[in-house]
Amino acid sequence: MIRLERRPAPSRAWAWATPLLAVLATMVAGGLLFAFLGKDPLLVIRTIFWDPVLGEFAFYYRGQLLVKAGPLVLIAIGLSLGFRAGVWNIGAEGQYIMGAICGAAVGLAFYPLEARWLVFPMMVLAGGLGGFLWAMIPGILRTRFNTNEILVSLLLVYVAEQILAWMALGPLRSPDGSGFPGSRNLRHYDAAANHELIAGSGMHWGVVAAFIAVILGHVLLSRHILGFNIRLAGASPRAARFAGVNPGLLVLTCLGMSGALAGFAGLFEVAGPAGQINIDFNVGYGFTAIIVAFLGRLHPVGILLAGFLMALTYIGGEAAQATLGVPAAAIQVFQGLLLFFLLALDVLTNYRIRIDARARA
Amino acid sequence: MKITLLAAAAAMSMGLPAFGGSHGDGPVKAGFVYVGPIGDGGWTYEHHQGLLAVQEHFGDKVETVYQENVPEGADAERAMTQMALQGADIIFTTSFGYMDPTINVAAKFPDVKFEHATGYKRADNVSTYSARFYEGRAVQGHIAGKMTKTNKIGYIASFPIPEVIRGINSTYIHAKKANPDVELSVIWVYTWFDPPKEADAAKALIDNGVDVVLQHTDSTAPQAAAAEAGVISFGQASDMSEYAPLPRVSSIIDNWAPYYIARVQAVMDGTWESVDTWDGIGPGMVEIGEITEAVPADVKAEAEAMRDALGSGEYHAFTGPLNKQDGSPWLAEGETADDGTLVGMNFYVEGITGEIPN
Repeated sequence: MIRLERRPAPSRAWAWATPLLAVLATMVAGGLLFAFLGKDPLLVIRTIFWDPVLGEFAFYYRGQLLVKAGPLVLIAIGLSLGFRAGVWNIGAEGQYIMGAICGAAVGLAFYPLEARWLVFPMMVLAGGLGGFLWAMIPGILRTRFNTNEILVSLLLVYVAEQILAWMALGPLRSPDGSGFPGSRNLRHYDAAANHELIAGSGMHWGVVAAFIAVILGHVLLSRHILGFNIRLAGASPRAARFAGVNPGLLVLTCLGMSGALAGFAGLFEVAGPAGQINIDFNVGYGFTAIIVAFLGRLHPVGILLAGFLMALTYIGGEAAQATLGVPAAAIQVFQGLLLFFLLALDVLTNYRIRIDARARA
Repeated sequence: MKITLLAAAAAMSMGLPAFGGSHGDGPVKAGFVYVGPIGDGGWTYEHHQGLLAVQEHFGDKVETVYQENVPEGADAERAMTQMALQGADIIFTTSFGYMDPTINVAAKFPDVKFEHATGYKRADNVSTYSARFYEGRAVQGHIAGKMTKTNKIGYIASFPIPEVIRGINSTYIHAKKANPDVELSVIWVYTWFDPPKEADAAKALIDNGVDVVLQHTDSTAPQAAAAEAGVISFGQASDMSEYAPLPRVSSIIDNWAPYYIARVQAVMDGTWESVDTWDGIGPGMVEIGEITEAVPADVKAEAEAMRDALGSGEYHAFTGPLNKQDGSPWLAEGETADDGTLVGMNFYVEGITGEIPN
C-alpha cells in the first residue's frame, strides 16, 4: 500500500525539483493531447519551447518574451511579498488597470508638451500611486473593518474594468478619434512614450523595472527587517505579534507594495506595448502573475524564471497556432496542465511517499 | 546563418522590407487575425468561412494561416508581425480594435498588404473594408415592429461606436414606421463576445416586457435565452439557423468570401491598391437570412421588398424626414444621409429614449 507521510519540514530539494518535473510532465501530457489532435507532438513542443528562443525568427521573439514577461514578473514580485505574509491580494489586475489609467491620464494632461524629463517621470509616479491607492481600499477595509481582502481586491477588479471602459469612452477618449473609444496613442507622443530602449530588443522601462524589482525583492527578503517580519508573519502570526510586528501595518505595506508594482506594470504597458487606454486594455496579466508567483515558489529569482516560462508558453503557443494550426483552446489546456502538474507535484515538497509493507500482509 | 539573422534584425529595426511581398512562384500566403474563436457561430465564424472560401477557390495557389482569440492591443501586433515574418503576403485583421496595431505593423512591413475590417485608418499598404449592416437592420426593424405584441423591442449593443449606433437607429426608424407605438430599449454590454453577459442582457430585456430581441454581439447566447422565454430574435453576423424557425425569424449574414477572394486575386495579379470598401446588400456583402414561417406571409413579403429596394439602391435606409434625438432637424423630406455622417454617427434619431453612453 502506498501512503503519503508528512515530512517534518518541507523538502528544499523537492521545492526546486517540482517545477522542473511539472514542466516535463506538461510536455508529455501536452504532447499526447497534440498527438490526439493529429499534430506532430515533437514539432508542436519544439515550436512552443525552442523556436521563440533559438529558432529562425528568435531575433523577434526574444524581445517579445521580455515584453510579455516584464509585467508578469513585476506584478508577481509584489504579490509574492504579500503571499509570504499571508496577505492575499487577488486583485492585481485591478491595480494594474488603475495604474495605467492614472499614468496615462497624467501623460495626456500634458499633451502636447515636449518635456520628456518632466512628463514621463510624472506618469511613472502617477501609475505607481494609482495602483497603490486602489490596493489601499482592501487594505484599509481589512485593517479597519476586518473584511476579507481576497474578496474585496478581486471584486475591485470588476470595478476597475468599468472605470476603464468609462475612461476609454469618456474623459480620456481621443478628440481626434471621430467618436470611437480609446485614448490618444501614447506611443505617438514622444514625451510620454515608453519606447524600446534598443530598437527591436523588446527591452523597455517596464522590463528594466521588473529586473530591479527582482533584485530589490531579494534584498528585502534576505537582508531587511521588513522581509524578516513578512516571513515571520507568514510562518506564525502569533510569533510575529510577540516580536512586535504591527499586523495592520504589515497588511497595508504588503498590499501597498504589490499595488504600486502592479500600477507601474500597467503604466509601462499602456505607454509602451499597448499604446492607449481602451476598453480591452487589460488582458489578464494580474491574474496570470498569481500563477507566476507560485510557480516561482514566491522567491524573486524563481519568479523571474517562472515569468519567462509563462511568457514562453504564450509566445510559443501563439506561434504554434499561427504556423501549425493548433487551436487556441489546446494551448490554454496546455497552460492549464502546467499549473495542474505544479500543484499536484507540490505534494512531494511537504509529503514523502511511503510504500508500506505491513499493510500487505 | 548568423549573418542573415543579423541582417534581418537590422532590416526590421530600420523598417526595411525584409520579408514578404515578393512571393515569386510560390503560393500567395494569406493570414487572418480573429478576435473570437472560429466556433463563435457569429462574427469570427463568418470571417473564417471567408478564409475557407479563399482556400477552396485558389486551391494550391494559396496558403492560409489564422490565429483566433487574439486580444486587441500588444498581442495583436505580435500576431500580425509573426504572420508577416513567416512570409504572409496579405493579412486580414478582422476587428475594429486592431486598427492601431495594424497601422503600426504595416509601417514595418511595407511590402505586405494589410486589410483592416471596420476601421478608418488607411496607409499605402493598408485597406479598410466594412459592410453596411444598417441595411440589414432596416429589414429587421420592419419585421420587429410588425411582430411585437408588447410594443417593446430590445437591443443588445456592444460598444457605442458609429457602426453600432447606425444599427440601432436603422432598426428603430423602420420598427417605428411599421408600428408607431413601438419602444426600443438598448443594453450596452461592452463586449463583442461574452456568452454569459449576452444571455444576462437578453434576460434583463425580456424581464422588462420585451418580446423581440436584437443583438449586435457575436454569440448565440441571446438566441438561447429568447428560445427559453418564447420571444423572437434575429441571427447576427451569421445565419444562426440552428435557432430557426423560432426564436430566430431572420438574420443578417456577413458574406466576406467574395471580397477576400477578390483581394487575394489582386495580390496575385500585382494590382492590389489601398482602398476603402463599404458594401451592402447590393454587392452581396450583407445578406438577409431566410425569413421563417413564424413571420406572417404579408410581413415577409414587405420585408423582402424592402431588402430588394435597398439592394437596388432604390431605397436608402436613412431617408428623411428624420430628426435627431434632441429634436433638431437632420434630414429633410426625401433627403438621404451621406456616408460621411454615417461613418461618424454619434447621435440617436428622434424617439429613442436613453442616452448614448460616453
